[in-house]
Amino acid sequence: MARNAKDVLRSPAFAALVRSKWTVSIVLTIALFVVYYGFILLIAFDKAALAQKVGQATTLAIPLGVGVIVLAWVLTALYVVWANGSHDAQVKKLRDEVKS
Amino acid sequence: MTALLTLLENAAPAVAAAAASGAAAAVPAVQSSLGKPTAASIGFFFVIVVLTLVITWWAARRTKSASEYYAAGRSVSGFQNGLALAGDYMSAASFLGIAGLVATKGYDGMIYATGWLVGWPALMFLVAEPLRNLGKYTFADVVAFRLQQTPVRIAAAIGGILTVLVYTTAQMVGAGNLIRLMFGISFEVAVVAVGVVMLAYVLFGGMIATTWVQIIKAVLLLLGVTVLTLMVLSKFHFSPGELYGAVAAKYGQSALEPGGLVSNPLDAVSLGLALMFGVLGLPHILMRFYTVPDAKAARKSVLVATGFIGYFYIIIPIVGFGAAALLPGLTEGGLGRELITSFDKGGNMAAPLLAEHLGGTAFLGFIAAVAFATILAVVAGLTLAGASSLSHDIFVSVIKKGKATEQEQVAVARTATIVFGTIAVLLGMVFKQQNVAFMVGLAFAVACSANFPSLLMSIVWKKCTTAGAVTSILTGAVLALTLIIIGPTVWVDVLKHEKAIFPLKNPALVSMTAAFIVGILVSLMAPEKRASDMFEDEKLRTYLGIGAE
Repeated sequence: MARNAKDVLRSPAFAALVRSKWTVSIVLTIALFVVYYGFILLIAFDKAALAQKVGQATTLAIPLGVGVIVLAWVLTALYVVWANGSHDAQVKKLRDEVKS
Repeated sequence: MTALLTLLENAAPAVAAAAASGAAAAVPAVQSSLGKPTAASIGFFFVIVVLTLVITWWAARRTKSASEYYAAGRSVSGFQNGLALAGDYMSAASFLGIAGLVATKGYDGMIYATGWLVGWPALMFLVAEPLRNLGKYTFADVVAFRLQQTPVRIAAAIGGILTVLVYTTAQMVGAGNLIRLMFGISFEVAVVAVGVVMLAYVLFGGMIATTWVQIIKAVLLLLGVTVLTLMVLSKFHFSPGELYGAVAAKYGQSALEPGGLVSNPLDAVSLGLALMFGVLGLPHILMRFYTVPDAKAARKSVLVATGFIGYFYIIIPIVGFGAAALLPGLTEGGLGRELITSFDKGGNMAAPLLAEHLGGTAFLGFIAAVAFATILAVVAGLTLAGASSLSHDIFVSVIKKGKATEQEQVAVARTATIVFGTIAVLLGMVFKQQNVAFMVGLAFAVACSANFPSLLMSIVWKKCTTAGAVTSILTGAVLALTLIIIGPTVWVDVLKHEKAIFPLKNPALVSMTAAFIVGILVSLMAPEKRASDMFEDEKLRTYLGIGAE
């Protein structure tokens, strides 16, 4: 492996890149768990709460179910926004260092 | 449905009930052309088949190298791949099954819908980018990257092929029954028709044709369901609240409340794990990530796929509630649910019947053709994944030790495609009369227990060894298979025993956890120096994409 590559691998900047990638990933995965399992366990343990009406006939369960799907997508979008921003800039910088 | 009904079973009740109800179906008082081939359904069917075969012919001329056959030459854009992923994933079970479930059981169908989506964000966070950077054609490329090729490839191929075979069987049996219900042709003819058309795509057009078939299917399916949703809402002044009011007026408020679906929390947690991490171990989904040029495009594909799939699962319950509220009953003043279950006890015909009721025979023909395209696209993706595992993982990597020419690789890939396609048709025939409800659940259980743990460990864990990965895959596969068989879904529902030996309907909680524990313990017991040394080097490729193919 080229000397540049070894230098980059051992650099604090690369270590920080890997660390931030997994921090973001794990935080978002936990958020996904909270959203989905929160919903499922609420159904399992408190059906009455979900049967409350929020409209003429509409139950709270309906907007919550839609909410789980929307939130799952929002979490995905948050990851993309983060990755396309600072993360990609840092990836590009380190790639250039390896190739120079 | 007293206990937690596996979310994944929705393909199945369909299938089992369809088989049972076919002969005994009462003749409904309401006239419907469902089950009879009409000019419209045949017309749309031919348009779709001809269009996709023309694309296959075009794709075939661009499919010469192995990279073109397996990965469309990595020329698919992030947006296109997102649509294709949606087309690869949204099965007839999600379309007809969830609409039918909401129509006949009410709110519980919506719980299914949420479960089917949550794997996608997890796929993005945990594996999408490293998978793209490290692999070439199959997910086994990633697992075997720094480990010993032969044992890891064989184990990964076992996990991968098992997943794909089980999933394919469920799809083929479902296809035979659904097409029989919609077009009135026999089960065998339907299965062979699916097999032949799908083989034409994959055999000649490889991944390029498969990608475009999946894109076309996704667009048609999203379009069809959107139009159906708008038609339903137009009857209620575009107010979902009014629709729910109409449902409650006919079936009582309980149709809008959670019912018996989630009653055992442990079962619900286990099933949730299978749904969430199963997607991260489905070979036909993972393989699609190699069709895009880089990790950034892989990221975009997941966002697009999650958006379309999420949109689909949000609107499909409206179709289901619409069918319950708007369809006439069997007799004057009867309920729509009676009509739906008179065609198919599993409720699968709710969406087609609603399409006919609101848009006439022509729209029914369109929806039936879309359902057919849906089945084709999913089976094509599965066949390509199964074939690539046989040819790339076993023949090229294990038998030829990676030394095969491009021509050899493509020739073997095509042979493997014929083998796999034939097996798919045969499996459909063999399991014709069987209750295959458990098979979709089994596919997700094997995917999350056998494929996902080794994939994740090989990406993130330096100390992961060959022995660790192999034992993890085998533990996950064997446990998932055994526990499903001795659990309620097979032991009680299929084999008719009194009581299940293993209490959970989906074994993921046990089998996936065990696969991780075994993989970790075995890796720690006998360190593999070469594998941990290579881990540092592969990081440049994992995180920066340097050297990625």
